Amino acid sequence: MTWLPIIIVMVVCIGIAMARVFIGPGAPTRLVAFDTINTLVVASLVILAMMFKQVIFVDVAIVYALLSFAMTLYVAKYIQGDKF
Amino acid sequence: MDTLNIVSYVFIGIGLFFNLVGVIGLHRLPDMYTKLHAATKCTTFGSIFLIIAVIVQAAGAWALEGAYSSQSVMCIRAVLALVALMVTNATGAHAMARAAHRSGEKPARVVVDDLKEKEND
Repeated sequence: MTWLPIIIVMVVCIGIAMARVFIGPGAPTRLVAFDTINTLVVASLVILAMMFKQVIFVDVAIVYALLSFAMTLYVAKYIQGDKF
Repeated sequence: MDTLNIVSYVFIGIGLFFNLVGVIGLHRLPDMYTKLHAATKCTTFGSIFLIIAVIVQAAGAWALEGAYSSQSVMCIRAVLALVALMVTNATGAHAMARAAHRSGEKPARVVVDDLKEKEND
């Protein structure tokens, strides 16, 4: 299996979503685009683990998924206007 | 191993197609809620299929090399990453939509907002 073209397509997807982070009107749209980037990065890390035959990338992917979930929840609470 | 490669390529094709559709929908749709609809659901579905392709490859190598293969760790941890992705994406999308509605973000061309009358907290 060749995994390099898949990584290239995923990086193109991340670039398109990152353009929406910069030009998006308002904070909620930027948060949605950033969450999309997080999901794509998790999938890319799992593919990179298979490409380089290194298990440590999958561990990084699990921790990245959980920490980006915490980031999403805190930024959502900030947009909502709650006190911390 | 040849059949496993074909299965993995089919899964990768589905996954990349849905990721591209989700990211294009992030640019084409008018307001935040439809962008959330396109991006979160399509990207989660595509990423699930990409990780399943990796799981199929790792499980095939594990079955081929025996019980103490180095691919066994890869297979089990990829399943854990898949579970973490599925749980966190759905919950995060719900939290984002709720926060956007409470912050006063309106959908495009909206006339009636029924949810606003129900929230009395």
